[in-house]
Amino acid sequence: MTRWMDEEAGPVVRPYALVGGRTRSSGDALDLVALVTATGTTPSGGFVPGPEQERILALVTTATSVADVASEIGLPLGVVRVLLGDLQDHGLISIGRASASERILKEVINGLRAL
Amino acid sequence: MDFEPSDEPVALKILIAGGFGVGKTTLVGAISEIRPLRTEEVLSDRGIGIDDTDGVEGKTTTTVAMDFGRITIREGLVVYLFGTPGQERFWFMWDELSYGALGAVVLADTRRLTDCFPSIDYFEQRGTPFIVAVNCFDDADRYDAEDVRSALDLDPDVPVLMCDVRRRASAKNVLITLVEHSLKVLTASQS
Repeated sequence: MTRWMDEEAGPVVRPYALVGGRTRSSGDALDLVALVTATGTTPSGGFVPGPEQERILALVTTATSVADVASEIGLPLGVVRVLLGDLQDHGLISIGRASASERILKEVINGLRAL
Repeated sequence: MDFEPSDEPVALKILIAGGFGVGKTTLVGAISEIRPLRTEEVLSDRGIGIDDTDGVEGKTTTTVAMDFGRITIREGLVVYLFGTPGQERFWFMWDELSYGALGAVVLADTRRLTDCFPSIDYFEQRGTPFIVAVNCFDDADRYDAEDVRSALDLDPDVPVLMCDVRRRASAKNVLITLVEHSLKVLTASQS
């Protein structure tokens, strides 16, 4: 992607062209801190991930938050959600959202104290 | 002490709210690694007269740049800090940001205390645990926490503390106070 970017001029391809003009997908409801992990399976039903989706898949070999994915890929959140929605629909990523337990919060407090 | 690692990775979300220019970004920067995030949002009527769209009347979306902070507690346990947009016209982003949040820090400036009323109302209504941290600006008069509590009409269980968000130790103390409060709220809801 980098070679298509001119930092001064911005991207050659408008972000929404990457997602075929779509602004809605099953990725809409993805929370900013939902964790995305590549499942490592091959795409089903003739789906071919685009270059940006390939970059996402390479990034999420370990669990990565939606916010980190958007920040790392450098595309607007809305676009990233559409790309993630497609990947999820085709079983290429799994999305997790663990909630905070008492034990986790205590661990966070101790971790912050140790900073 | 129970150090049994959690099997599942956990990401937690803390919100930093408060009026425009109260020191939200400074707080996030003092304690965490800052990362940029681009969001592309639909221009609302609220932006009319504020956003200069001359010559691009067809423009219906605008890029809103926001920063977020990341604190890695250990592998598989990360705390994210999101500053809520200070301008009223970005209120629509609040619901999304606050969904599933562990809690919120409402930053207050005693020279402009009313600026944090909307944040306090919002978190009270949503039932999101929050604390009020008074950022002590150099040229602001000093008040004690109880004066601020009564001026803001806060419930007695909402922690209020003084801070200087430029200082890492102070920023750290603010976050610890919030997580301790969230833990207390969580424990109370389970008993």
